[in-house]
Amino acid sequence: MKRRNIVCAAALGAALGATPVAAQDTDTTTAEFEKFRAVMEEANPAELFELKGEELWRTRRGPKNASLEKCDLGLGPGVVKGAYVQTPRYFPDVGRVMDIEARVVHCMITLQGFTYEELAKQPFSTETRTPDVVSIVTFIAAQSKGMKFDAPQSNAQEREAYELGKAIFFHRAGAWDLSCASCHGADGKRIRTQQLPNFTNPQQAARGVLGWPGYRMTGGVMHTLQWRMNDCFRQQRFPEPKYVSEAITALLTYLTVNANGTVYKGPGIKR
Amino acid sequence: MADPMRIRATLQGDVADVRVLMSHPMETGQRKDASGNVVPLHFIHSITAQLNGKTVFEASTTQAISRNPVFAFKVKGAKAGDKLSITWEDNKGDKRTDEITLGG
Repeated sequence: MKRRNIVCAAALGAALGATPVAAQDTDTTTAEFEKFRAVMEEANPAELFELKGEELWRTRRGPKNASLEKCDLGLGPGVVKGAYVQTPRYFPDVGRVMDIEARVVHCMITLQGFTYEELAKQPFSTETRTPDVVSIVTFIAAQSKGMKFDAPQSNAQEREAYELGKAIFFHRAGAWDLSCASCHGADGKRIRTQQLPNFTNPQQAARGVLGWPGYRMTGGVMHTLQWRMNDCFRQQRFPEPKYVSEAITALLTYLTVNANGTVYKGPGIKR
Repeated sequence: MADPMRIRATLQGDVADVRVLMSHPMETGQRKDASGNVVPLHFIHSITAQLNGKTVFEASTTQAISRNPVFAFKVKGAKAGDKLSITWEDNKGDKRTDEITLGG
């Protein structure tokens, strides 16, 4: 058990040999950070990306010179309100389960004529560039603020995605033999001063999806859950997943369904 | 062209509590890009707020301010229907002005 904790710490490049401490020892640090976060939440720069995303959603763009206003996010063409908290879901038109980012990419390809290759080339934000998809997802997410997570499990495909996501969550692999559960499968784990939520604990499960998409103060960049999953895979020394792949959608299905019933507070702010 | 600001103001009596979010890279001139070249200085150096055309807030800022900065200040003598405009200007000569009407 102890060995695995240390491996988790190393995954972020933290000092080896740091003794894992119980949650209560770092509660004051967490409480102080929560105060800081509360102040920042009143004026979250994520709103700037919402504005940008809204404009991108309505503007005619791409080779087909079309807007995304006919994009069906699961609640009918153009319906944005509530779509974020009700995905991932099964989309009969493509015959697969998609999370919100996968669906936006799908719409940008089918409605606007962009190619998967150009969207997947640099899909995540850097300090100097925020991909359009990220701003659009932030805009969509903000329209579900105050609504409860309600990712459906109403057909075989959605239930299969959940089971697949669960299997990926517990699958140990890679150079360090880690799984998601190595760090997120028990209470009181941390990486440096970061408390890690235990996604197998129903009380903490929602912490995996709350606050995403999130504005990261370090570097001032906007990130989506696709990025978060991608970065966890990198920290686990897993092969890099394909952008908006079925595996990531499945993992997001597992995390979101576990959070069902929790009120979504909108795009968040990260350290 | 620069992206729009997000301005929020709440009135309490005759005091408007203003919060403004600006979209700006705020480069310090000390960062290097992926190929090792210094990213040139690029920062907002002045911010002005006007209430119905009269300057009520002025600030000189430096590259020490964060990317996508947030400013909050209070304006006395404001009432519903007043126009509040905020302008920033950066060291490359880029400018942006946004205006809101104070709510009731």
